[in-house]
Amino acid sequence: MPDLERLKRLRNRTAIVGVGASRQGTFPDLDPYTLAIEAFRSALDDCGLVRGDIDGLIVQGPGGVSFVRMGEMLGLNPVAGATFDIGGFATGPLIQYAALLLDSGICRNVALLYGNASRTEGRRFGGETTVTPGREYSSAFYYYGLTSPGAASAFQARLHFETYGTTSRQLAAVPVAQRRHAALNPQAIKKDSPLTVEKHQRSRFICEPLRLYDYCLINDGGVALIMTTAERAKDRRKRPVYLMGLGRHDTYRHSSLPNYLLWRETMPMAAEMAFGMAGIGRDDVDALMIYDSFSINIWFALENFGFCKPGEAGAFTQDGRIELGGEIPVNTHGGHLAESYMQGWLHQVEAVRQLRGECGARQVRGAEIVQYICRGNVASTLIYRN
Amino acid sequence: MAYLPEGTPLPAADLDDSPYWEGCRRRELRIQRCADCGRFRHPPSPVCPACRSFGAEFVEVPGTGTVFTYTVAHHPVHPALKAAVPYNIAVVLLDGAGDVRLVSNVVDARPGEMAVGMRVRLRWEPTSDGSYLPRFEKA
Repeated sequence: MPDLERLKRLRNRTAIVGVGASRQGTFPDLDPYTLAIEAFRSALDDCGLVRGDIDGLIVQGPGGVSFVRMGEMLGLNPVAGATFDIGGFATGPLIQYAALLLDSGICRNVALLYGNASRTEGRRFGGETTVTPGREYSSAFYYYGLTSPGAASAFQARLHFETYGTTSRQLAAVPVAQRRHAALNPQAIKKDSPLTVEKHQRSRFICEPLRLYDYCLINDGGVALIMTTAERAKDRRKRPVYLMGLGRHDTYRHSSLPNYLLWRETMPMAAEMAFGMAGIGRDDVDALMIYDSFSINIWFALENFGFCKPGEAGAFTQDGRIELGGEIPVNTHGGHLAESYMQGWLHQVEAVRQLRGECGARQVRGAEIVQYICRGNVASTLIYRN
Repeated sequence: MAYLPEGTPLPAADLDDSPYWEGCRRRELRIQRCADCGRFRHPPSPVCPACRSFGAEFVEVPGTGTVFTYTVAHHPVHPALKAAVPYNIAVVLLDGAGDVRLVSNVVDARPGEMAVGMRVRLRWEPTSDGSYLPRFEKA
């Protein structure tokens, strides 16, 4: 059990002061390091710091992007560097780690760099390139044709549909909403590809009951964030976005099996921790950024974080409730389904831009609090305020 | 003919699970059980997560079970599966083995026949390396 009273001391003590993104798309001539460094330069420019100010270096990316190699390339010799080899689950925990490095005084300015060249490298999350027998037991299920994360999400979707009577047609509301948001985001890869419920329903199954549009994109790109302490944040170029609350909860039970439960044993605990630390309720949240490798992840986040009751996400996500202008806009940038697959890192950039009021046509009016949620057996969340 | 084609990656035994695969070779579904507290666990591991005992045995189970959840794969992410789609993948809750679940296939179920809660029983399928894989059929 987290010591909430102690944790509350961390409320608003650190902030994101700089964000940057590289081009997002397919870049056969660029590797993950180059893409991350492109984003890093833009994040430094965003906050007015220079490379020499950075004394913490956190690096992440599929395929083992190394903080040591990154530091070597950049000529950076920080106090501390780190990565966290758990794929997309890492984003929240790494930002939390950066906050601890800063609040403890170990570091003054932490750069978080993310590089992903999955499109160009041909990584298909379940194709031949990810067969690593022995490393994770789940790879032993390949001989039953369980070769991709999508199949495991399909297990979960089937369970939700059967348990609560929800449907693929209801689920379509998620990608439809996010495509609408992407249309307002110049950076979104699918900004010119609108989607309707009918088009979703006509699209082919990948792993039934999940269809093509329930799946995230796979593309190349880089993202960078610069974090510092609340005191130092005031001197930066733009309005700081403070880390108001954080939550995390893990379970390792059945971790060797593909996901087949609905993450009811991790996400609600992470939610209580973050809301408790931040001292706010769900009604105070103006927008949600939810890790969306698959559309069904949005339902699990809404249910397990208490935005609706378990089993009700199908009905809850209808009638524009999760769209801009709705009750609780979700993934106003388009998310992994429609903007770009940067494993949660562009979700942070969008949270910051919303709280700075930089989002133009997709701006959530009067946004003061934005929350990030990542599902899984390593569940995490971040609550930001301006 | 096997449910999934040749070229689909085959299991490789490790230190912990070789008794399980040896059982499969003899067409016996043996699930690891703690020798002290009696709790079943799978995949095999060196220590009991309930009582931390190192003592374990591999106990033959009836081979019947219930489909807990499933999917029908329509897209062959792995190239070897190109000729096999659409095929089902099921999570089977085994009878007589605590809450142990196996990932497997229900070999005689057409995509539209699959259902959560359907009863299934073991069907051994030979592999190209002279062993057998535990798969299931409608009970």
